Amino acid sequence: MKLKGAQIIVKCIEEQGIDTVYGYPGGTILDIFDALYEEKDKLTQILTCHEQGASHAADGYARATGKTGVVIATSGPGATNLVTGIATAYMDSVPLVAITGNVGTAFLGRDSFQEVDITGVTIPITKHNFMVKDVKELADTMRKAFFIAATGRPGPVLVDIPKDVQQAVTDYEFTQPRPIKPYFAENKYVAKAIDTINASSRPVLYIGGGCILSNASEALIKLSEKINAPVASSVMGLGAFPSSHPNYLGMIGMHGKANVAETLQKADLVIAIGTRFSDRVAGDRKNFCKQAKKIHIDIDLAELGKNVGADVAVMADARLAVEAMLPRINAKEDGKWITECRERRDADFLLGSDGKLCPRRIIKAVERLGSPDKIITTDVGQHQMWVAQTYNFEKPRTMITSGGLGTMGYGMGAAIGACMGSGKQTVLFTGDGCFHMNFNEVVTAAKLGLDITVLVFDNHTLGMVRQWQTLFYHRHYSSTDIDYPTDFVKLAEALGATGFKLERNEDIDDVISRAFATKGVKVIDCAIDKDEFVLPMIPAGKDLSDILTQKPIFN
Amino acid sequence: MPEKSQKHIITALVTNRAGVLTRISGLFARRGYNIDSLSVCSTNNPKLSRMTIVALGTDDEISQIVRQLDKLWDCHKIKIFEPNESVKRELLLIKVNVPADKRPEIESTANMMKVKIIDVGAASVICEMTGEPNKIDKFVELMQPYGILELARTGITALSRGSECLDDLEDYNEQISNR
Repeated sequence: MKLKGAQIIVKCIEEQGIDTVYGYPGGTILDIFDALYEEKDKLTQILTCHEQGASHAADGYARATGKTGVVIATSGPGATNLVTGIATAYMDSVPLVAITGNVGTAFLGRDSFQEVDITGVTIPITKHNFMVKDVKELADTMRKAFFIAATGRPGPVLVDIPKDVQQAVTDYEFTQPRPIKPYFAENKYVAKAIDTINASSRPVLYIGGGCILSNASEALIKLSEKINAPVASSVMGLGAFPSSHPNYLGMIGMHGKANVAETLQKADLVIAIGTRFSDRVAGDRKNFCKQAKKIHIDIDLAELGKNVGADVAVMADARLAVEAMLPRINAKEDGKWITECRERRDADFLLGSDGKLCPRRIIKAVERLGSPDKIITTDVGQHQMWVAQTYNFEKPRTMITSGGLGTMGYGMGAAIGACMGSGKQTVLFTGDGCFHMNFNEVVTAAKLGLDITVLVFDNHTLGMVRQWQTLFYHRHYSSTDIDYPTDFVKLAEALGATGFKLERNEDIDDVISRAFATKGVKVIDCAIDKDEFVLPMIPAGKDLSDILTQKPIFN
Repeated sequence: MPEKSQKHIITALVTNRAGVLTRISGLFARRGYNIDSLSVCSTNNPKLSRMTIVALGTDDEISQIVRQLDKLWDCHKIKIFEPNESVKRELLLIKVNVPADKRPEIESTANMMKVKIIDVGAASVICEMTGEPNKIDKFVELMQPYGILELARTGITALSRGSECLDDLEDYNEQISNR
């Protein structure tokens, strides 16, 4: 079948079983949008307000569904507007294919109108990228892009296609996508890991986003129960292990639970699975859990030993590795260690706010009300950490947040993608700082009639930065007291959503219930206090024992 | 005690395509490693180029950068050479200021060190030398008193001793994708 390059691109997306793409048209991508128009009954195409929103939406779609997200933008500014979204996906290992148009091959390298070297720009933030100059290579390149995005440790891939290549005609034949096989190989390290686990008496599981990507939840539950190991999760791993499980302790890291920090200091073995000991987890990486042995299981060879050295490093898919090890690991009969850890957890608590509107109570109400399998998305900052600490995630792919890059403005786009991909009720927690960055996408969600409830934790300040200024910068509130005059209720209505205002603790259930019962997009302005803190906190680069559990008293 | 930084030789088979050099060298810069020398050449397989990179770092640092490089889709096979299990050579071209009366002196030094004189001008000569970098350093040092006008060195290129080949290694990206 003879097809134009642009049509081949659309066919290649369909080959992958993808039903939704996000994007924004422009001069050099017109041919692809024309091809999308022809295929609109097979492939839903979502127009956002800004390319950045489209990239976050494709990312949210990918995280909620496990499929590869697709975002399409034009050359020049369209392409550069994708950069933050691509970097976000890269840091959190999200399979994403970004398709950009570029000026015709005859115009390349001449600083033509809306020309930018986007493959050059995105080298550091993509798994791989391509510029296709020959239409005969287009279909294969597209298939390769989808394969690379999803295989091994997933990540974003960008394909840049000059306009004349989109217009050129060549043969196309439908091809089944190359199957993605998770990797595991039996080797001496696996055996060593098993011996190390068998020899331990106080093991802890530290799980991360890789456990979600590899669907390791069931295997992890079996492992934890078999060896009586408590479980701590990184932000990216939230949901991989059910919070209601008796062995679950809570989040690890800078804003992790105090009982987790204490347990880690008493453990004799840390089993890190599908995770990378990021600085937000390890703090002082050279001294992280020095007393304990470490087993590190990750699909990415370069992560093994990158931040924290491991006694045993296994390069493998998280689920396959755990499943392979399970039958050969001795069950631990002694319940002393797990009982001790559970007691520590049960005595541990998170601080609420005295008298003022309490963010944690709002989060708990969201957890209690509405659909039990709703998807939670967040922006970045205090609200994100409160959600990560407080909300009890039971299933993988229910917490969608920018963990690695910490992208303010991520949430609204991601909520759109997550809501469309999952078809479930979606809640976005955001702050007034973050929401001001990308609230334009409320329009996109409203137009689509998506069931998204936005809770704006509105403290008229950039809360997390203010917290750091309070603790480490002599309370110099430089550029953090934003005090925008924005009326979020009116704003919501102007953008086609419904606005609510929440000011008192006693109204929390009522307002949230009313919002959940309302169709379409809802925005709840939650008037919280400026000086709420995210606690506990281990200051950056510090040791687990330096944990701060109470707000310091200032005179 | 912190581990000692030293020179390591990394050799890789990469896709023979424009832009691959940027991906490789960019990764060094991005992760904060310095390249001492880098040479790229074609191979007996037209689809692949061979890169020989000399970089300074501790064993751990170099193994980390090699793992990062291995993840690049254009980097197929990669290896760190053990100093004693490889042969390494560098080419030097050096232009030395030599008045006619000093020429025999230079010629004899060149002969002793198996250096060829490949161009003779009125007051200068160009010498060509192939050898291990430390021998080249030595020759450059000997030429210093005459006045070096300019010099060019290719950087190290190297092969492992014996029948073992870089091509025998597994491609990381293929390895994790195909089982």
